[in-house]
Amino acid sequence: MSLIAITEVKKRFGDNEVLKGISIDVAPGEVVAIIGKSGSGKSTLLRCINGLETIDEGSIVVAGAQFLPDEVHLKALRLKVGMIFQQFNLFPHLTAGGNVMLSQMVVKKTPKKDAEAVARKMLDRVGLAHKFDALPDELSGGQQQRVAIARALAMQPIALLCDEITSALDPELVAEVLAVVKELAAEGMTLVMVTHEMRFARDVCSRVVFMHQGRVHEIGAPEDVFSNPRTPELRQFLGVQ
Amino acid sequence: MTYQFDFSWLIGSLPVLLKGIRITAQLILIGAVFGVALGIACAWVRALGPKWLKPVVATYVELIRNTPFLIQLFFIFFGLPSLGIRMSELTAANLAMIVNLGAYSCEIIRAGIQATPRGQFEAGASLAMTPFQAFWHVVLVPALQRIWPALSSQIVIVMLGSAVVSQIAAEDLTFAANFIQSRNFRAFETYIVSTLIYLALAILLRQLLAGLGGMLFPRKASR
Repeated sequence: MSLIAITEVKKRFGDNEVLKGISIDVAPGEVVAIIGKSGSGKSTLLRCINGLETIDEGSIVVAGAQFLPDEVHLKALRLKVGMIFQQFNLFPHLTAGGNVMLSQMVVKKTPKKDAEAVARKMLDRVGLAHKFDALPDELSGGQQQRVAIARALAMQPIALLCDEITSALDPELVAEVLAVVKELAAEGMTLVMVTHEMRFARDVCSRVVFMHQGRVHEIGAPEDVFSNPRTPELRQFLGVQ
Repeated sequence: MTYQFDFSWLIGSLPVLLKGIRITAQLILIGAVFGVALGIACAWVRALGPKWLKPVVATYVELIRNTPFLIQLFFIFFGLPSLGIRMSELTAANLAMIVNLGAYSCEIIRAGIQATPRGQFEAGASLAMTPFQAFWHVVLVPALQRIWPALSSQIVIVMLGSAVVSQIAAEDLTFAANFIQSRNFRAFETYIVSTLIYLALAILLRQLLAGLGGMLFPRKASR
């Protein structure tokens, strides 16, 4: 049974149809990479799964939580899927620990002491236990992104969505973030990630989705997609002939 | 010039002056706390609140920002009793200052909210916060930090503007100065003393607000 079921999803911004009927099923524990040119709709698709964009047609169901645009359904959906952003989006007025604690206390009404224990555990998991009291501005980009991952993990989601999480990082900081993601994947976390890290996609992902002009153009195991691209569009995207 | 300066009245008038200072301080304390609270509520409505409430708040804000403070004060103290709403001079003065600062601070705070990067709201939402929770816990403090200097100035302006409440016989510092001057006929001395007291109060208030800002906002957070 699939954990995330995306069925015939269509999304328009005005006259511009960005998603033209997307269907993808993600099984528990799967790591799916979404690749494609900018404007192909990959980020929009990810944002739809988290309810940050509404959809015009089709359905998205995550572990039984149907995406409907009202507060109750959105909350149920977002408790199941965490999201990590390109720009980290840490809360600048809170320490790393505070960032990880906040939503536990506000949304789940976890007592402060328990939230702090979870925060310390999650920061430790991303290798930043010693930065509990640091403000976001005192952290490097890679560290900020790892705090963002810890913050999403603290809500105990059953899947994580990663929206180009290494694209805003200096090259030497990419590895530390990918290492954390790789570890999560090894622990069995379901991941859907929009990424430009082709080598990472090839090494870690169980499936690769190539999106082109709002459609799933090719989908398959990384060996197939990267080694035997069937369509000229994917061949061009990968830069192979 | 043969004018002889005389400050000997100062000792005898000290109790009146001190009472005036107390009332002015009290007015600005209550005015600032409730005025800014009202401003935050109105800013939330204008930036993120329910559609039906927006025109109500917009009308209030424009009404206050485009009419003189003295007229607002007169309306509350002399006008409202016609509708059976009566209050003491001090209550009327407090209310006028809260209503006035509420409108101005609404617009200042709204600017701070609207300068928030969209990613902050989205991060809150993706963590399953409701829009209001995201506003309250995520957006508000950095928004206030952004506009704190402007808000502090507005609070000082309201404190200085509170001098006009003497017009409805609220016994503030200006009322005290007028009272003393009408007894000793030492206009120059009386008003230079009250001027210096206002100056000291304004500097003190700015220091307090800067200190409060230092407590509320972490040093390095600047986004």
